[in-house]
Amino acid sequence: MEISNIVFILVLIGSGSFFAYNVRKIIQNIRLGREENRSDQKKERWKTMIRVALGQSKMTARPIAAILHIFIYVAFVITQIELIEIIIDGAFGTHRFFYESLGGLYTFTISLIEVLSLLALIATFSFLARRNLLKIPRFVKPEMKGWPKLDGNIILYLEFVLVVCIFTMNGTDEVMHRMNYGESYGFAISSWMGPLLFDSLSMDTLVVLERIGWWGHILMVFSFLCYLPYSKHLHIIWAFPNTYFSKLKPKGEFTNMESVKSEVQLMLDPNADPYAVPEVDPNATPQRFGAKDVRDLTWVNILNAYTCTECGRCTSECPANITGKKLSPRKIMMDVRDRVEEVGKGVRKEGDKFDDGKSLIGDYITEEEIWACTSCNACVQACPVNIDPLEIIIDLRRYLVMEESKMPSELATMNTNIENNQAPWQFSPSDRLNWKDEA
Amino acid sequence: MSVLKVPTMAEMMATGDKPDVLFWVGCSGSFDDRAKKITKAIVKILNKCEVKFAVLGAEESCTGDPAKRAGNEFLFQMQAMMNIQVLDGYEVKKIVTGCPHCFNTLKNEYPGLGGNYEVIHHTQLIQDLFKSGKLTVEGGEFKGKKITFHDPCYLGRANDVYEAPRELIQKLDAEFVEMKRCRAKGLCCGAGGAQMFKEAENGNKEINIERTEEALEKSPNIIATGCPFCNTMMTDGVKNFNKENEVEVLDIAELIANASDL
Repeated sequence: MEISNIVFILVLIGSGSFFAYNVRKIIQNIRLGREENRSDQKKERWKTMIRVALGQSKMTARPIAAILHIFIYVAFVITQIELIEIIIDGAFGTHRFFYESLGGLYTFTISLIEVLSLLALIATFSFLARRNLLKIPRFVKPEMKGWPKLDGNIILYLEFVLVVCIFTMNGTDEVMHRMNYGESYGFAISSWMGPLLFDSLSMDTLVVLERIGWWGHILMVFSFLCYLPYSKHLHIIWAFPNTYFSKLKPKGEFTNMESVKSEVQLMLDPNADPYAVPEVDPNATPQRFGAKDVRDLTWVNILNAYTCTECGRCTSECPANITGKKLSPRKIMMDVRDRVEEVGKGVRKEGDKFDDGKSLIGDYITEEEIWACTSCNACVQACPVNIDPLEIIIDLRRYLVMEESKMPSELATMNTNIENNQAPWQFSPSDRLNWKDEA
Repeated sequence: MSVLKVPTMAEMMATGDKPDVLFWVGCSGSFDDRAKKITKAIVKILNKCEVKFAVLGAEESCTGDPAKRAGNEFLFQMQAMMNIQVLDGYEVKKIVTGCPHCFNTLKNEYPGLGGNYEVIHHTQLIQDLFKSGKLTVEGGEFKGKKITFHDPCYLGRANDVYEAPRELIQKLDAEFVEMKRCRAKGLCCGAGGAQMFKEAENGNKEINIERTEEALEKSPNIIATGCPFCNTMMTDGVKNFNKENEVEVLDIAELIANASDL
């Protein structure tokens, strides 16, 4: 075993462990959320996942982005096949381990990967242009300043370097193969592009370039793996569980809060003893009505936040955002993720008692934002990975209204009207049928 | 104009009779002057087709929808459970309503609290009346008119009802045009989620203006919708552009009732 194989194995194990360590932290953070049973209708859930995550059915609403995205997506998935060979070659010092045994199939696979890589390169340039030159509105909203903007670009730079390395590796290898064996590999792109670019180079230079390509490629893959948990790009993993666990009920159906249900039933029960002292469960933990902070949200809400890739389709369809209000559903998801990262860190350090005096509503999301929502579900409809910002907005409203009695004054009046006259306006219930006799 | 026949549940019960369907009028339909016209149009259609229906009248109460969307789950559940007691007391099986907000809440959120009914929107009922041949229209009145349809969020996206209202418009012999943002991508009128009862947050435009602008781009004679809130918002929008003499905002029920000379 050579030193390069040892280095390779160490980098492989190192980046793999680092990735696993970070994913574990994220799973811990997701578990900070409240219980929510989404284990029903398994068949329907699998179908949703296959349709929406694997089949990317909701991407098609924007055809240009959908086509460019599918290039990178398919290239990414198919390239994983080549990764198997790279790991074997890297660990055992072989060269193109499957070349001999697979024959024509090998040529086909690598050719396919080359074509897809070229398409991915085109998509990468287009995406960089859309973000930085064309400045498509949804990529330059206020919440996209700073890190989120850089994050989006970093992924694309990595992608670019990765593809350049693949072609350097295959191109130089092609030239050397011809020199050594007098025959071509026959790969779709590198078999003609390689000689075109590298023919005049000496064997020594070719060997060095091929190694730079090979190592550059695999190091990009490992860097990508390490970077992923810090990036919005994590959607490539979470999109699958996220769509699997997404809401299957009609979009208009909001949850009926169980904690409220028992109270209301008691109030309306004619047989209930109004003076009875309720049985106290010593193990019960006091639960908030609605959500003040991320730990009051459900684990699905937090999984949603980690899945968000900040594409901004939600925000660009949001009627409140379109008309200049502060609300941006994407920002809601980004705030939840930022806050759960912070709380997660604190909880790992100080345990469940962690309290930094901050909360999701107030310190991250303002009341003005959540009251601007029309609950129209446009954001939910627009999300390509079935994220539901509306559920979070409503839970934040519930906290403000039921725990703090904080709401726009007109809504307080509306509530009073419903309580007193059974209508949101101040009309007498006995006048309900007056319309019948009016001209 | 013939007199509307609007029996209440209590009256029917007193004669030992039962309706086939309960017409849930909703607060807008009961109290809002514009929405009352929609209510009457629905009743005219029901009367014409001799649908055996009843209303709750003074026994009807807010479904609790705006309270729930505004975060007041207590008030919502209080309203819901009281309504369920009334509905179950009358052994109601099927409900039709002219309000997509009531429709959504009754259909989706009441079952979890013990209220199980077959709930349909009035456009679905009217569609059924056409299918069974009880209702026909000549369409003459709307010949050559251009009609666009604004999807109510709580009918469309929230419950995937896109076809019923469109099929009904197609029956009118008019020219039907879709707005750019329609069906699942339809833009909200701005009054869902309890916005109907409050001022909008600061921004650079009102949502109903944005939506009306989009509708007016198609230069329609009529903006059709299927929700009393949408109706109010779009009517205000049209007035904002001083187009109220050229463009009418009408509910699907009104279109059908007018076309049938009811």
